[in-house]
Amino acid sequence: MSRISRRKLITTGLAATAGASGLAAAAKLAQRYGLIPPDGGGLYGPGETLTYAAQRILTRHSLAREFHPNQISKPPFANEVAPLGDAFQRLQEGAFTDWRLTVDGMAARPATFSLAELKSFPRRSEITHLACEEGWSYIAEWVGVPLSHILGVVGTLPQARFVVYRSFQPGWWESIDMADALHPQTLVAHGMNGGELPVAFGGPLRLRVPRQLGYKSVKYITRLTITDSLKRFGKGLGSASPEGGYAWYAGI
Amino acid sequence: MADSVGPRHGAVVRATHWVTTLCFLALLVSGVEILISHPRFYWGEAGNVLIPPLFKLPIPASRATVPTGYGYVLPDQNGWSRYLHFQSAWVCVLTGLLYVVFALFQGHFRKDLLPARGDLSWKGISAVIARHLRLRPASEEEAWSYNVLQRLSYLLVIFVLFPLVIWTGLAMSPAIASAFPAAVAVLGGQQAARTIHFFVSVLLVLFLLVHVVMVCLTGFRSRMRAMITGRPAPDMERV
Repeated sequence: MSRISRRKLITTGLAATAGASGLAAAAKLAQRYGLIPPDGGGLYGPGETLTYAAQRILTRHSLAREFHPNQISKPPFANEVAPLGDAFQRLQEGAFTDWRLTVDGMAARPATFSLAELKSFPRRSEITHLACEEGWSYIAEWVGVPLSHILGVVGTLPQARFVVYRSFQPGWWESIDMADALHPQTLVAHGMNGGELPVAFGGPLRLRVPRQLGYKSVKYITRLTITDSLKRFGKGLGSASPEGGYAWYAGI
Repeated sequence: MADSVGPRHGAVVRATHWVTTLCFLALLVSGVEILISHPRFYWGEAGNVLIPPLFKLPIPASRATVPTGYGYVLPDQNGWSRYLHFQSAWVCVLTGLLYVVFALFQGHFRKDLLPARGDLSWKGISAVIARHLRLRPASEEEAWSYNVLQRLSYLLVIFVLFPLVIWTGLAMSPAIASAFPAAVAVLGGQQAARTIHFFVSVLLVLFLLVHVVMVCLTGFRSRMRAMITGRPAPDMERV
């Protein structure tokens, strides 16, 4: 072995060791600061982790862009929804007076709210962009209760790290981290474009997460569960999306 | 110039070239797959099937909600396509950064890619174009360095098209748009960013096609060998 190649070998070895321990240290730090998404394992885990970690560092407190009323898309586009069934029909016929939103999990005072109670809470109105992963989008005005207010009412425990939310539609459930859950623009929306939230757009209640793609803004929400871990939910990947092949974090 | 030790392409250039190639192909396949879920393009912030498009591609879509004129809907493969697109984008960007930093340190841009002042005239450029049009074989010198057209194309790809495709890609992200709203506004909105992303991708694919055709025309084996081993032919040293 020549002198040059031995030196090369040693340098390469040192660089590889430094790289590997650097990566290990980065992974440990990322874990501690909650920068690894629940679907951060597997083939596409590295890319997902880089995206989620980078965006959590860059965008933790940033506000989604809000638009002028004359930028509202008319008419907005309502994506297809599966048939909602007889039970939903009966609730709709009763003007959703019997619709309930249950908040449980890591809360000091778990509670169930009616639509009227939610509408009596402080409300926020915002004109934001809703983009679907398919490529289309629209701008609409959304009115609702900031999720952070509801989390305050039920007394969210300090160890909470995620909020899981479920739809009336079976199989639809999602979750967001506390950065998005406590974000001022994240709404439990009950109004849209100056009126009630239409059923085609998720009425009577829809979660609006304007800093993520549309599929995180689940329609017809009935239950919020505050948790410190997503492992116990479904397959442990965070939400129904990764189970169906889509990323859990959709801030892209 | 009896510089006989240096290879045609340095090791970092070769490695980053092939990693970028793999990433680009993955980005292309997954990008096409994402595109067919909504093969319509818009300008401004918002766009959907109720808004008149800037233009639409005459292809079927993978979603039934898009009116395409075709009586069938393609299978939807967006899930893994999106995962693959973003993961390849990360590898591509990190590889590109490594390449740019290395190239700056090594003087690769200055030595190999920046055209000589004399070559930058219309006369110099048109002479190269004319030689291409007459299908003249490349000169001996060009087997070892790039002509002015090649230099300009590579610089355009490295410093204009790649940055633009990354920028427009990031501008489509709602989270990035929240942190850097000006980066979206300058482009004309999120749907405008999507449209520009498409056109820049088309230009990159055109570059790839011309690049591969030229490699084939000028000697596929020796050019491939040069980009894999560093030398155009076995035992070929520059004399």
